[in-house]
Amino acid sequence: MTFHLEPRTVTPRWLSPLVTVGAVAVALVISGGIIGLVGGDPVRSYAHILEASFGSVGVLSDTLVKATPLILTGLACALAFRMRLWNIGAEGQFLLGAWGASAVVLFPLVPAGTPGIVLIPLMMIAGMLAGGIWGLIPGVLRARLGVNEIIVTLMLNYIALAWIQFWVFGPWSEGGFQQTHPFPPEAALPRLADFASIVPGFAGLTVHLGLVFGLVAAGLLWLFLERSRFGYEIRLIGDSPRAATYAGIDIKRRLIIVFAISGALAGLAGMSEVNGAVHRLQDHISPGYGFTAVIVAYLAKFRPGRVVVAAILFGALILAGREIQPSGVPAMIQGIILFTLIVSDVLVRYQVRVTRGGRGPTVPATPAASPSAGSAGGG
Amino acid sequence: MDLGLIVAAGLATGTVLLFAAIGEIFAERAGVLNLGVEGMMLMGAVTGFSVTGSTGNPWFGLGAAMLVGGLFGLLHGVVTIRLRADQVVSGLALTFLGTGLARVLGEGLTNTNVERLPTISIPVLADLPIVGPIVFANQSVLVYVGFGLVPLAWFWITRTRPGLHLRAVGEAPAAADAQGIGVYRLRLGYVVVGGILAGLAGATITLAVSPGWFGDQTVNGRGWIAIGLVIFARWSPIWAAFGAYLFAAISPFILGLQGVPTILGVENPFLPGRSATFFLEMLPYLFVIGVVILGSRSAARRRIGAPAALGIPYVRGERGH
Amino acid sequence: MTEQTPLPFLAPAASLALEVRGIAKAFPGVLANDNVDFDLRHGEVHALLGENGAGKSTLMNVIAGLYRPDAGEILVDGASVAFGSPRDAITAGIGMVHQHFTLVPSQTVTENVLLGLDQPRFLLRERRSEAEVAALAASFGLRVDPRAKIWQLSVGEQQRVEILKMLYRGAQILIMDEPTAVLAPQEADELFATLRTMTAAGRSVVFISHKLGEVLAIADRVTVMRRGKVTASGLPTAGATKAELARLMVGRTVLDVYPREPFAPGPIVLALDGVSAFNDRGLPALRGVSLDVRAGEIVGIAAVAGNGQSELAEVITGLRPCAGRISVGGNPVANRPASDILGHGVAHVPEDRTAVGSAPNLSLTDNLIMKRYREAPVANGLFVDDDAARSFAGALRDTYRIAAPTVDTQARLLSGGNLQRAILAREMDTEPGLLVAVQPTRGLDVGAIESVHRLLLDLRARGGAILLISEELEEILGLSDRVDVIYEGRVVATMPVEEAEIGRIGLLMTGGADTDRDDAWAGKGETGPTALAEPAAPATPGSRDR
Repeated sequence: MTFHLEPRTVTPRWLSPLVTVGAVAVALVISGGIIGLVGGDPVRSYAHILEASFGSVGVLSDTLVKATPLILTGLACALAFRMRLWNIGAEGQFLLGAWGASAVVLFPLVPAGTPGIVLIPLMMIAGMLAGGIWGLIPGVLRARLGVNEIIVTLMLNYIALAWIQFWVFGPWSEGGFQQTHPFPPEAALPRLADFASIVPGFAGLTVHLGLVFGLVAAGLLWLFLERSRFGYEIRLIGDSPRAATYAGIDIKRRLIIVFAISGALAGLAGMSEVNGAVHRLQDHISPGYGFTAVIVAYLAKFRPGRVVVAAILFGALILAGREIQPSGVPAMIQGIILFTLIVSDVLVRYQVRVTRGGRGPTVPATPAASPSAGSAGGG
Repeated sequence: MDLGLIVAAGLATGTVLLFAAIGEIFAERAGVLNLGVEGMMLMGAVTGFSVTGSTGNPWFGLGAAMLVGGLFGLLHGVVTIRLRADQVVSGLALTFLGTGLARVLGEGLTNTNVERLPTISIPVLADLPIVGPIVFANQSVLVYVGFGLVPLAWFWITRTRPGLHLRAVGEAPAAADAQGIGVYRLRLGYVVVGGILAGLAGATITLAVSPGWFGDQTVNGRGWIAIGLVIFARWSPIWAAFGAYLFAAISPFILGLQGVPTILGVENPFLPGRSATFFLEMLPYLFVIGVVILGSRSAARRRIGAPAALGIPYVRGERGH
Repeated sequence: MTEQTPLPFLAPAASLALEVRGIAKAFPGVLANDNVDFDLRHGEVHALLGENGAGKSTLMNVIAGLYRPDAGEILVDGASVAFGSPRDAITAGIGMVHQHFTLVPSQTVTENVLLGLDQPRFLLRERRSEAEVAALAASFGLRVDPRAKIWQLSVGEQQRVEILKMLYRGAQILIMDEPTAVLAPQEADELFATLRTMTAAGRSVVFISHKLGEVLAIADRVTVMRRGKVTASGLPTAGATKAELARLMVGRTVLDVYPREPFAPGPIVLALDGVSAFNDRGLPALRGVSLDVRAGEIVGIAAVAGNGQSELAEVITGLRPCAGRISVGGNPVANRPASDILGHGVAHVPEDRTAVGSAPNLSLTDNLIMKRYREAPVANGLFVDDDAARSFAGALRDTYRIAAPTVDTQARLLSGGNLQRAILAREMDTEPGLLVAVQPTRGLDVGAIESVHRLLLDLRARGGAILLISEELEEILGLSDRVDVIYEGRVVATMPVEEAEIGRIGLLMTGGADTDRDDAWAGKGETGPTALAEPAAPATPGSRDR
């Protein structure tokens, strides 16, 4: 038995979302099987994940807190991937963003007692700047020297972590512990819980202003990608760099700009995390947000609106996964989801035709699946 | 510091990078980029370690690690070659999957001990002056396997008929196909070979070089370093060996800096417990970035770049008209 | 098969090297071969003549094992065969040299010859194989260095490697698909000599072509195809005339003559002065080219492939750095960014319409606004007005009759002719002062070619200046007002079309005239690295992009 792939000429509108949902479902079934194999209880694990992430307003709020950095880093990846730039460095850009924001209050760059209305924007700028610069490095290397951005961004993740550790263990260490002094209260992003005196129902809710950053960024990025001239150029470059050059587009400049924006978005995620959730810099502020962002962006098909939805799903997984044994389960589920997604993509792009016996008489006559393809299939 | 010990240790840790890099060279020479090396190595590392633990025989562990590595390679191959998925994304997925699955499977393996692969000395060669005791004495058997693999891989690629076909499918798959060479089959085969070698590299860590299971810290980015080395080596096994051993020899030397109180009469800022030591930890990664930059530049200069069809799925029948 | 004395008028099947009967092959929407018969005798050159899209290549791909026929039978030396792959065909002694070579650029000639063979079994013995290849090449008069890497070779040399590959595999029947399309006339002569050596040794050649002259020159017999059917089978070329073959091939006696406005040249629009540039390999491609094009004028560039005409189009449109002066409408444009040059009213129909001229996975709309998205009405400040873009695309689709279901259809789903119409629509719609058109009709069917030609002439009538670069001499002579001949990166002659006689141009294109080189007939037409490694290296300003 062998199969042929034929490019689809017409893709029904409902196909892509349906296949995506199906892929996630298949991934969960496979993961469940593996959990069962290693002695866990898949049903209880999944039930726990649902319960611990969406079971009450309180945990839902915690899920949104985890989703916030994922929205921003997911947008960072989606933007770069649109141009077929493989920015796998959102993790490092996130860390640098957190560091940049911290630097404002820890060096300190502003006098103590600076009001939040000034301090928070300053920290946002510092975080985006630091993340953007961290993103510029692979961008410039790629544009000027043709250096593969995948390896550079990955290596910069490790370097960023060591950089954070240096500051957290060294100059900014709080009495030799692996964390800095807490930020001044003015630096904290407002939480829903802060308004409990007005709306009693908000008591204990940890959702912070960073979520608004994420939603606004998603809206702006949508406008940018889908409606702006620059977005059109990115689409063109992503599909055919040679056609883009022919259309008079300076690809190298776009590449550097996109990398910088991508880094700045991830940097903002880092700022939002330290200012909104952690309130100090630690070396373990990210459970791999920047890597999960790759999957979030892919699941969202690089679309800003869907990034928000995918980020919430993965936020839930990260939140609830902390208590699941064995501890690698969330990471494993993420990997399997990414795999089923890319395999399912084939169903969207191609029609799969199965031929029994490999050399059957029903030879598809398209040149794209030429008759002798059967002999290469080893059917 | 004993320089001989550092070189000897470098050869051992270099073997890890060597296996992974040569595996990736095979895959990339066939035209398939596999960014899943890190994941395959972790799977090899955990499989080798846990199978050895349950059977008591490190050779079983080694075999199982290579098998699992090969299966991961097969997964990547089927997805990218037959289903024509993007090689970059599939490779990343492989790394995510390998990392997560290895952590799941490695649950409870930390702080356990298993039998190691034997260390041996090569009879006559070990008696050579200077070189003998460092290179050919009391090394893990896998180190010697690495010594043998380098010329073997080079010979296979450049001097044999299968090697000729391997280069052809990576450079000009349509041309190879026209000569009746099974492009899909060969590509799949070499991606599996790459996976087997990555699995071997992982098991080399847990069964020979630094036994034990430390979660995803066990491999700690060495899969990515191996991919960087392939670019540095311009797809040559000989250069890959040079890079791997050099890299591995430099790393312990640098870490060795942490052990000395003063450097050239100045107080050592890199002492353990001092935060400046984190700058030392950056060095390997900076080294890889430097290597990749150099590799890209000289590749551009000398026309010996990547295999021409690297990363491009081959679709039969898309001919001129 | 009964043994009998062969009678001259009753050719027995056994004397046929190859016979095919009733071949049919359909592709979606096209019946490429409709009940086709063909036969080939031992020791003959049999030409297969037809226009682009007549079904010649399909038939030969069936015979060479690349396609499986929907119906029909193939007999080799009288025995029925069925091929599952090109390899089966080669085993049966049939080898095909395709228009697009199937060589591995980074490998040597010898390695390419050995590729895919069962011998040597494991070890490559380079020296021994090289000697074998060299000896085989010598015996057929094929001049090629067995140790050279393919990328170092000229196109003509690469073709020899392809032939050598087939001979090394013991091919008794050689199918050549449009072999002269990429050759200089001298190289073509050399090829013809090789083919005669082969037939003298009893091997047979199928020669696919759409050029009447060379068919009469090389072939013993000719079979003509039109729209998938055979219109003349095994006609002896002795006594056949070009006019007769043309009628069989085209189905009408009158060759394309377009009604056109009288030539009324306006002011100079494009002027090049001493322009030099390198090609992608870093070798000189243009050496001090000077030429101009006036409003309302079509200037045709006649050149054999690889003599710098592709680079010429790229320097004018800002896609390749150069030295020298270029002006469009009086504005200096040399080394300006492509977007600036666009702003000066320069349109460009690129050589590669699928990879350069269009973005295959984007919609027709996105493809049509490629040159217009920066300005109103498609642009709205920094944004693209989606509605305006779609109505703009819809209007172009209707005006230029681009057959696409909707303006959202992906470009890759358009046929070659429709895609080219879309590109022309986009470029023409800007009412360009200058249009640089490179191979605008390559690979199109007859109807599409005609519509492209009409669009070019319409633009000329509206006062546009057109630089037409084509490898089809008939196209150049049929459309141009003036012809510039380029050879090895230099303009070697310029003349009004009335004075352009095809024989003289052919000679000029190959360096065979207006030059005192005595080696002109010794294969100097090759544009290999050695041929170009002479001075006059132009300085390249700025950085060179790859």
